Amino acid sequence: MVSNTYVMISIAIIAGVTFLLRALPFVIFKDKKVPAYIDFLGKYLPYAIMGMLVIYCLKGVSFLRVPFGIPEIIAVAAVAVLHIWKRNTLLSIVSGTICYMLFIRFWQ
Amino acid sequence: MSRANMLKKAVIKTLPVMAGYMVLGMGFGILLKVNGYGAWWAFLMSLFIYAGSMQYVSIPLITGGASFISIAITTLMVNARHLFYGISMIHKYKGAGIKKLYLMHALTDETYSLVCTDNNAEAERHGYYLIISLLNHCYWMIGSVLGALIGGLIKFDAKGIDFSMTALFVTVFVEQWMSTKEHRPALIGIGASVICLLLFGSEHFLIPAMIAITMILTAIRRLLEKGENLDGQ
Repeated sequence: MVSNTYVMISIAIIAGVTFLLRALPFVIFKDKKVPAYIDFLGKYLPYAIMGMLVIYCLKGVSFLRVPFGIPEIIAVAAVAVLHIWKRNTLLSIVSGTICYMLFIRFWQ
Repeated sequence: MSRANMLKKAVIKTLPVMAGYMVLGMGFGILLKVNGYGAWWAFLMSLFIYAGSMQYVSIPLITGGASFISIAITTLMVNARHLFYGISMIHKYKGAGIKKLYLMHALTDETYSLVCTDNNAEAERHGYYLIISLLNHCYWMIGSVLGALIGGLIKFDAKGIDFSMTALFVTVFVEQWMSTKEHRPALIGIGASVICLLLFGSEHFLIPAMIAITMILTAIRRLLEKGENLDGQ
């Protein structure tokens, strides 16, 4: 087990770096007019980044070994279909997660 | 808008995030507890770090005794996307004064998705954004502390609960997809990430993917901005 001091410093580093990343654009463009290119990025990046985050969550899934990522595929599809249908975030997240937790036990 | 109305509006608006953060936060708290760190640690991390995926990632890092430099670099890579959120909030948060310090700290994926859809241009909007940010932060802290408490009380097989994070991003992705006719940025995000994942592997693909996404978007900037005029958005 690592020491509490080590854990404290680690938390401080993670918190510090995260805050820096969140604050940097505001600091850089505090007193300046925001260039049109940055505005363009600010407008379109979020759509792409959310797709990236979905892939990021699924990065550890192996599609070549049993169960071939089937629980993930079904659960993600369930969340997406449920959300398109009902547009209820709570319902989509809870149902999808329960569905996934059942699947990975079923397939083992 | 009166303060009470503002609070009421913010509570209603943040209900979906409350659901997501309670599940995700509890998942984090349980995982943390399983790894030997209780509610107090969950509270500290959720208060000061307040970044869902990074908090999940930090558990194996910290319990495994990773070096400070690798912790810093991992944080930089996992949270680099927050730069993009800042870039798109420059105008909305302008003139928020001292509030901005907290608004920046609390700018998570979910807070961002709520605030960026708000069209209020008046000065009082900053108070409203502050309430939204605070509420979301509270949900996250309550969820993670509860998770750490429950994780110690009952024997609960938590395997797979971290899927709630995936599910949350899928719902935000679907929301964004349905909010616009312009699907190219979303498809670029998925496509570039999958290709980079295959090329660079699961541990190192995030930064190349972000660079690729920025470059492709930049390359088709004219096309995107032209489409914008056609859609009349």
